[in-house]
Amino acid sequence: MAWEKHQKDLVLILARDVAARLATPMFVVDANGTLVFFNEAAEQVLGQTFADTGELPVEEWASAFAPTDDAGQPIPLRKLPLGVALYEGRPDHATLSIQAADGVSRELAVTAIPLRTHPDELVGAVALFWSRSGPESALQ
Amino acid sequence: MKAKVWGCRGSLAAPGPDTIRYGGNTSCLEVRLESGAVLVLDAGTGIRMLGLKLAEEVPKRIDILLTHLHLDHLEGLGFFTPLWTAESELHIWGPPSPLKSLKDRIATYLSPPLFPVHLSAIPSQPTFHDTPSDEEWELAGVRVAAQPISHPGPTVGYRIEEEGRTLVYMPDHEPALGIGDLRGVSPEWLSGYAAAFGADVLFHDAQYTEEEYGHKVGWGHSSTEHVVTFAQLAKVRRLFMTHHDPLHSDDDLEAVFARAIELWNGNGAAGSGSHDGEIAMAYEGMEVEV
Repeated sequence: MAWEKHQKDLVLILARDVAARLATPMFVVDANGTLVFFNEAAEQVLGQTFADTGELPVEEWASAFAPTDDAGQPIPLRKLPLGVALYEGRPDHATLSIQAADGVSRELAVTAIPLRTHPDELVGAVALFWSRSGPESALQ
Repeated sequence: MKAKVWGCRGSLAAPGPDTIRYGGNTSCLEVRLESGAVLVLDAGTGIRMLGLKLAEEVPKRIDILLTHLHLDHLEGLGFFTPLWTAESELHIWGPPSPLKSLKDRIATYLSPPLFPVHLSAIPSQPTFHDTPSDEEWELAGVRVAAQPISHPGPTVGYRIEEEGRTLVYMPDHEPALGIGDLRGVSPEWLSGYAAAFGADVLFHDAQYTEEEYGHKVGWGHSSTEHVVTFAQLAKVRRLFMTHHDPLHSDDDLEAVFARAIELWNGNGAAGSGSHDGEIAMAYEGMEVEV
């Protein structure tokens, strides 16, 4: 049988495992920007479960939660911390607000880090985020 | 394509009267292609005897494919006779590391104080290659792929295909890390699945009993239940359990095999179902026609 690679990169597999065990909200995206996993803590912030959304293409997740800056201006994908990590290949941090699927607006701090298996090989990125108001607020 | 087991012990060589049946040499698998070319998978202590045989044959070229650089897969290299022959054409393949070359990483072992001779002074002057990431390449006239798999440090499983027959070698692998029940995840999230899928022959890590694995989560190895389930999910035709724990005697391994057969036939785990195909325990000297 011919070799066909229909499999996530090992680093993404391990990143998903870490995310699944964290109480901190976490996104895992692949090299194409597809959101391949978010954990239970992230579900509570977003107001949606990963089981419901499944994997989301980059255009969808970057706009679905209507991220805005402190001035209320929409933040384009490439200015989001995950966008910087993916397209510029460097870590980034920002504070922003989102409109969750449950209708609640939440203020978040986000840190994103590119995942490289080699200096010139990007396999994806991860983002951790938390409520700016304190950890318990992220759950409301 | 034929394979011969020169070493199937994991972690540490385990010679002695209690390990005579399965052998005490650490991992080394000789793969003979239809052309007569030889591929050597891993350089555990088992490579020493293989080297003596190859020294008599004097093959034109020898390719050694390392799954990773833990010592039980590397320590025999310094005692591999063709290494010490200037006329040998040796190629050594291994998984890339994020920052250091394969040669530099191997030189950590093959140099003083760990080894009396530095790699740079070895007569055969091998050529070192990083395995291509997630791509097939042609080697000795066959297709080879090296897929990164779950094990501490850069580690790959090898898939070798010749004329429609496939051998896969994953002696150190913990697909269950962070997953538990392998049947509970989509195959695309299962480490090693793509490389192992549909293999005619799979040599796979089977180091721990189910009880032992409970204390060894994250050590990079599989339990009996994991290796059987993995092979079934990947629809492998013949499974050879390898990388036997150094503390397991021959009698212990017989018990492991009995348990593996139970699971393979669907009698030992709820919902596992029976499975076509064969299962066997690797032992030193074993020869397999792929």
